[in-house]
Amino acid sequence: MRLFLSFLAGGLFGTGLFLSGMTDTTKVQGWLDVFGDWDPTLAFVMGGAILPMFIAWRLTEGRRPLAGGQFPPQSNPELDRRLIVGSAMFGIGWGLVGLCPGPVIASITYNGWSGVWFLVAMLAGMAVAPKFGIQLDRLMAKA
Amino acid sequence: METDWLWGLIGGGIIGLGGAVYLLGNGRIMGASGIVGGLVDGLVDGSGRKIALEKILFLAGVVLLPLLLQSVSSTQASTHMTDNVILIVSAGLLVGIGTRIANGCTSGHGVCGISRLSLRGLIATVFYILAGGLTLAIFRHGLGLI
Repeated sequence: MRLFLSFLAGGLFGTGLFLSGMTDTTKVQGWLDVFGDWDPTLAFVMGGAILPMFIAWRLTEGRRPLAGGQFPPQSNPELDRRLIVGSAMFGIGWGLVGLCPGPVIASITYNGWSGVWFLVAMLAGMAVAPKFGIQLDRLMAKA
Repeated sequence: METDWLWGLIGGGIIGLGGAVYLLGNGRIMGASGIVGGLVDGLVDGSGRKIALEKILFLAGVVLLPLLLQSVSSTQASTHMTDNVILIVSAGLLVGIGTRIANGCTSGHGVCGISRLSLRGLIATVFYILAGGLTLAIFRHGLGLI
């Protein structure tokens, strides 16, 4: 059950990314390019995705997951440097090429070597991220 | 194209449906960087073995459905991605490190966080969109590199 639901959720995620055009880097960079030929599509994708998720979060109240276990705990209200610095770094990479983690995976079969190199670099970045985080904390503590 | 916004809305709705299935079914937050990064952590330190298969099947769905949709509709999707390897590798590293440090990306903080009215999700989204917008302004309009 858990495994099937995982595959189903991933399939829906991939389908949505594909149909919405979010695996097309020109549409993503177009959304970020407010001084150029601005493309509002991403806002519709975000809005379209947030609506069912908003309902889903309401439905978690007083219930348990269908496949057992627990719902994620209350979200952490604390804002820290890691959140800000990490998000800014992500945003720069996202802008440079127009890919974020979901679409990289969804487009891997039709994105050629560019997609493969991006994925390899992203995985390497994820592997060193914990060490990077510790260095960042040290640097910030000194500052 | 004129119908792009409509496909965006439809596709977005399906993404949200996927997130709802993952949340209500398995009790998990559908964040691409968390799912991929969790597997990378497992390879590095052997953590999270029990849920690795769940994550692998999720990713299999993400890869296979776009492939299937293209073969049934006999369309060839294009990503219009740059072939500048220096740009690609720099961006990949930034996305990999950044999403793990911030503990989320467009799907985790953006879709799942904002819909939960999470302040962290909203602030993360504001910062990555601002950083992405500045990047386009500098690298496209300033330096003409992208």
